[in-house]
Amino acid sequence: MENTPGLFFSLVPWIVYLPVIGLLLNLTIGSRLGEKGVGIIAACASGLAFGVALLQVYSLNISPEGAAVFVANWIHIDKLNVDWTFRVDTLSATMMMVVSGVGTLIHIYAIGYMHEDVRFKNDVGRYRRFFVFLNLFIAAMMVLVTGNSYMMLFVGWEGVGLCSFLLIGFWYDMDTLGRPSFANSNAAKKAFITNRVGDFGFLLAAFMMFWQFDTTDFNNVFAAVGAAEPWVIIWITVFLLVGVAGKSAQIPLYIWLPDAMAGPTPVSALIHAATMVTAGVYLVTRSAPIYMLSHDAQYIVATVGAVTALFAATIAVGQYDIKKVLAYSTISQLGFMVAAVGMGAYVAGMFHLITHAFFKALLFLSAGSIILGMERGHHHLPHGHGDHGEVFDPGDMRNMGGLSKQMPVTFWVYMIGTIALAGLFPLAGFWSKDEILLDAAKKFPHVYILLTLAAFLTAFYMGRQIWMVFFGKPRHEAAAHAKESPNVMTIPLMVLAGLSVLGGALNLPGVHTLGAWLEHTLPLLPEEEVTGWLAVSWGGLNPYVALLSTIFAVLAIYISWLLYGRKPIVSGQPDPLKKMLGPLFTGMENKWFIDEAYRFVFVERYVDLARFLAQKVDWDFWHEWFHNMVIARGFVGLTRFLADPVDLGIVNNVSKVLADAVQASANSLRKLQNGFVRSYALSVLLGVVAILGYLLLK
Amino acid sequence: MIPVNYYLALAAILFTMGAMGVLMRRNSLVIFMSIELMLNAANLTFVAFARMYSTVNATSVYNGQIFVFFVMTVAAAEVAVGLALIVAIFRSKQSIDVDQMNILKG
Repeated sequence: MENTPGLFFSLVPWIVYLPVIGLLLNLTIGSRLGEKGVGIIAACASGLAFGVALLQVYSLNISPEGAAVFVANWIHIDKLNVDWTFRVDTLSATMMMVVSGVGTLIHIYAIGYMHEDVRFKNDVGRYRRFFVFLNLFIAAMMVLVTGNSYMMLFVGWEGVGLCSFLLIGFWYDMDTLGRPSFANSNAAKKAFITNRVGDFGFLLAAFMMFWQFDTTDFNNVFAAVGAAEPWVIIWITVFLLVGVAGKSAQIPLYIWLPDAMAGPTPVSALIHAATMVTAGVYLVTRSAPIYMLSHDAQYIVATVGAVTALFAATIAVGQYDIKKVLAYSTISQLGFMVAAVGMGAYVAGMFHLITHAFFKALLFLSAGSIILGMERGHHHLPHGHGDHGEVFDPGDMRNMGGLSKQMPVTFWVYMIGTIALAGLFPLAGFWSKDEILLDAAKKFPHVYILLTLAAFLTAFYMGRQIWMVFFGKPRHEAAAHAKESPNVMTIPLMVLAGLSVLGGALNLPGVHTLGAWLEHTLPLLPEEEVTGWLAVSWGGLNPYVALLSTIFAVLAIYISWLLYGRKPIVSGQPDPLKKMLGPLFTGMENKWFIDEAYRFVFVERYVDLARFLAQKVDWDFWHEWFHNMVIARGFVGLTRFLADPVDLGIVNNVSKVLADAVQASANSLRKLQNGFVRSYALSVLLGVVAILGYLLLK
Repeated sequence: MIPVNYYLALAAILFTMGAMGVLMRRNSLVIFMSIELMLNAANLTFVAFARMYSTVNATSVYNGQIFVFFVMTVAAAEVAVGLALIVAIFRSKQSIDVDQMNILKG
């Protein structure tokens, strides 16, 4: 099928090859090309991958059933058959478009961003490395979304985890403020280890599929799962959910994502907001035929997502770091998506995934632009870089204020991103979020309530951020001297802003372009039977749900204006919410002490265990007791026993007795050998006489 | 015809003389000659019995006589070797006294 004229399915492996070629080029000849050459190669590799994705979409429009493009054998052992097969269908093509599209824009942005970042951090040599990692990430993410089996998906899953680790720890020898420290590499390790827990769940699910169905290919698993027993389905979905919680930062494994902000901002945008963290959402969507078989599994996933959405939103309210707010916002929005795909609203979840990729990438990149603007302003201050006593945090919103005048372009695109995220009509976030809320209201009311509250908080913390960053008076000299970013950074921002405005058009109520598109891949969902106000439909849009969420969003922004906009906070003033909420805000500010709790419950217990194993088990038991007492002392005792009683007592005495006997006999015999020939002759004669006499006389 | 007993008596006398010579004399050349005496006593016995058999059975088998030639050949070889040994010993010890050749004693 992939060879049909006019279709381009057979080109799909190039979506992985192209970024790999890009990174190999940069690895081999990149050092001679200079920064521009490196950036252009990387961006072109990603852009060409986007072209391949476009060709796939074009082909799918003609032949919507898609194709599976076989590339190579991988594992063939007995019943285990895993191939390198690329799967093109409407779902994977959607992910390809998002990853390569947003990825290319971020590559272009990073050309400008990293140019300045490596100079602020005084290590120009890492510029090339950044783009090598970025292309590697695109390649791994493409393997993830195009794999035709859970095993191939897992290869990409691990690949993006590796890239995430490498890029979080990109400035591995400093902390986020550029001071020498292990902070960034610790953040990278935290992300990697937390993801390892999730990967363990994923692997268990894959093993379970192989155990029960003898296959990990999507189609075969989906064909077999219908006949599986309920406990098999529940465990597979729960193990997959553990993987989802790790990769998509859901409770209880979300803790790595805020720390992942240690990576350069384009990384936060690409990996930790737009693409990699949505892999879990993609996984649940891809596994839709499994999840749809179990209402319990859907309930669990949807609840985990909804609780995460609200929980992370409360933390975002109390953060001061511009990227940390966005990080918790990302966790919250991922909760929306997971809740959506969990309850079976796959189209709504994918829709929100796409729009979120647009506006959250936009917000992160704008935040990067703001941070660099602050850095630029800081460098213009009278004192030279490196000799100032105070440590300046360019990402702290308490240092900002009034940036709308200094950075107008960034301000406007940030506003667009904020409105889209807050879910105000008619930007992208409104449509996708409302679709999720409506589906939740129909299926799981508690999820609907949690998500609505989360949406309220979303609008509030974004409003808080806007007022703190862009309005009022600068609270730091650096903010007063902040400068707008160059075109190479602002143009991708404008493109993403445009997508954030228009993204809703992908799946407008009544038209449902995305729904019709994904219907070729996803199983048809049973319509929920609803009555009353929920049944009201304006072409698929429920006016009550939409109106309620819009009112909440506007109300939240108004409250945030009352608190932060009407009377802007001044330098050194505590957050106005702190007075109102008291200890509640302290909890939000400190992330509900979850990190501390995890540190206490897991990390310190682990260290205790390690210390116990090292000191008590390894040293005291194995070394001091087992080795020294049992083995060494036992060996000495055994050798002493063998030496003294056995060797000296028995072996030596036996041979001594033998030797003495031999010597005694020799001593008596030597007298015969007196050396006189004639006495020998006499002996011979006497012997002959004796023998002959015996013979004659017997 | 002289009875065979006479020959045997002579041979016994010769053998005893040889044996006594070997046991009693210390000069190795004399001991050699005494050994020759014993060998020839045995030769005499051979031919005496051989002649007795050929007359008693009227056969012409000369086993005994042939054996004597063998013995004489071996004796000649033995003397050659023995004399060479004696010469070598004399060269190193300036003596052929057998009682002084005792360095192999135990």
